[in-house]
Amino acid sequence: MKALLIGEYKQGKLEESTYELVGFAKQFGIDNVMFLVAKDDVDLKYDSKVYIADADKYKEYNPDIHTKLIEEVAEKENPDYIIFSHSSYGWDMAFRLAVKLKVAPISEVIGYNEGTFVVPCCNSKFRRDVKPKTQKAVITLQGGAFAPVSEGTPQIEKIDAEGIEPSVEFIDYEMPPKTGVDLTKAEIIVSVGRGVGKKENIELEKELAQTLGAEIGASRPVVDSEWLDQSYQVGTTGQTVAPKLYIACGISGAIQHLAGMKKSGFVVAINKDKDAPIGEIADVFVVADVNEFVPILTKKLKSA
Amino acid sequence: MKILVCVKQVPDMESKFKIDSSSKWYDQSDLVYKINEYDEYAAEEAVRLKEKISDAQLTVLSIGPERVKDVIRKVLAMGADRGVHILDNEEYLKDPFQKASIIAEYAKSENFDVIFTGLQSQDRGSAQVAPLLAGMLDYAFVSTIVSFEYNEGYAALERELEGGLRAKVKAKLPVVLACQLGLNTPRYPTLPNIMKAKRKELKTVNVDELLKVEPLVETEKVYFPERKAGGIVLEGKADEMADELIKILKDKTQVVK
Ligand SMILES: Cc1cc2nc3c(=O)[nH]c(=O)nc-3n(C[C@H](O)[C@H](O)[C@H](O)COP(=O)(O)OP(=O)(O)OC[C@H]3O[C@@H](n4cnc5c(N)ncnc54)[C@H](O)[C@@H]3O)c2cc1C
Ligand SMILES: Nc1ncnc2c1ncn2[C@@H]1O[C@H](COP(=O)(O)O)[C@@H](O)[C@H]1O
Repeated sequence: MKALLIGEYKQGKLEESTYELVGFAKQFGIDNVMFLVAKDDVDLKYDSKVYIADADKYKEYNPDIHTKLIEEVAEKENPDYIIFSHSSYGWDMAFRLAVKLKVAPISEVIGYNEGTFVVPCCNSKFRRDVKPKTQKAVITLQGGAFAPVSEGTPQIEKIDAEGIEPSVEFIDYEMPPKTGVDLTKAEIIVSVGRGVGKKENIELEKELAQTLGAEIGASRPVVDSEWLDQSYQVGTTGQTVAPKLYIACGISGAIQHLAGMKKSGFVVAINKDKDAPIGEIADVFVVADVNEFVPILTKKLKSA
Repeated sequence: MKILVCVKQVPDMESKFKIDSSSKWYDQSDLVYKINEYDEYAAEEAVRLKEKISDAQLTVLSIGPERVKDVIRKVLAMGADRGVHILDNEEYLKDPFQKASIIAEYAKSENFDVIFTGLQSQDRGSAQVAPLLAGMLDYAFVSTIVSFEYNEGYAALERELEGGLRAKVKAKLPVVLACQLGLNTPRYPTLPNIMKAKRKELKTVNVDELLKVEPLVETEKVYFPERKAGGIVLEGKADEMADELIKILKDKTQVVK
């Protein structure tokens, strides 16, 4: 069994998720080589062969050309699996490539067992065991699902592609507006989800946070609804946090949220649905209406 | 300009879910259905584009049983011109490759310039149908769109990357665009528009006419994830649960004293 791992390189740096792809292959004893678009000075700790295309020439994001390069490497290496991260970089190439190669696409993999892949569904409420019906497969791995491995010195082979007219062109990066809240250093985070119902109700969590000396965090829908600004968002497209205590108020526990907070020391979930997937990582699961429970909790903490 | 938006009907994610008897999917009875959250943003963006361009025509398409006509009608009421219902009582058993090929088979003779989809469906959540469709039609494809603007011949886009970083990109037409949450603020259809939508064309095509491929992926089983080992569940009176929680926090964390 052999895999071609598609590394990621963004803003002049190797993405840590690249090492999770290596970790996946090692964990399941799959031989592997890597493909990467990067600059010459890239710091890559990897103990096998890596095909590198020049990031100055091909840009960090250029799905048509990167896919063409990957196809060339795949032809040489003949891998059983081509493995991407389940990320903005992976999405624009992986499945189109599956169509081209006529192989099974499998996305958001969080587990593996002898040819069967585990993927979440229904906002992480369920798991699904799926199997490719083709010999080969193109797969994407969910961030944070597999332990990273970074060791060794790679054997580098440079590669090039000619004569492709790209349909998509990268212009520029734009940094998220910095509005100040740095949740990465918080000891306690009280995090607000869509389950609080409306913007005004967040006052209850703010009061709890103040009582505990905590910062406020949020799930994505709370930010998309403009109840709080983007800097409060925890998750793959927000901040990654690891407080000693994380209190999730009305948050279901979707994979993209968990990825941003599962390294928290102790997790309390307050949710009216006992089956909410946040139960998978909650140390204490309080089955309650947040808007009723939180003020009572705050009052008791104040008088304690 | 011809525009297509693909929308899926999904259960309200707060419904009480049960696994069906085959263990291949959830039980579809007793659920409240609505438009896939991501697709609502796609629909809004498609309607805005149509309104901006004088000779544009917007088609809304959904694959599924009879009930999915509700989401087609919703998008017609938001402003789409015509609906296409691909009738398939076993949509849930198909893999993304088959779903994409059904749409591709329909779309190939229509020559759409821009196809909007959601980034992922809330229930299946494969995030595959859109890029597979783009691959089959040989269209450009860009995912995780948080800003869209049409200029002569190309789309100026912003993509949302990990950690909240954004990237500006330009895509040539024809293009498939997979829309991320927060792209816009979807409108609520007004009553007059809901009435008007009832008179718009809504064509039904049987899936057998469009499906020509076998699945590439097989589902073995669907199951609930396990609860955290050693995790405590508190149920009952709020007052007592609060006391219990404070006790646990004092015991097990150093941050609550
Ligand atoms: C590419 C990508 C990136 C993403 N990035 C992020 C990210 O960075 N961060 C993030 O959070 N999400 C992210 N998401 C979205 C994610 O998939 C979920 O949609 C989101 O996390 C859900 O937020 P939520 O839990 O607040 O809302 P929901 O899933 O709607 O959950 C609400 C919860 O509240 C409970 N509830 C309702 N009413 C009450 C009540 N009165 N009392 C108690 N409980 C109640 C419900 O039982 C439910 O469990 C991303 C998605 C994608 C595709
Ligand atoms: N049954 C369907 N009918 C119409 N569009 C669909 C259907 N299933 C998926 N899609 C589209 O494909 C996107 C991605 O879905 P998925 O690959 O299931 O995550 C959705 O957001 C929809 O735009």
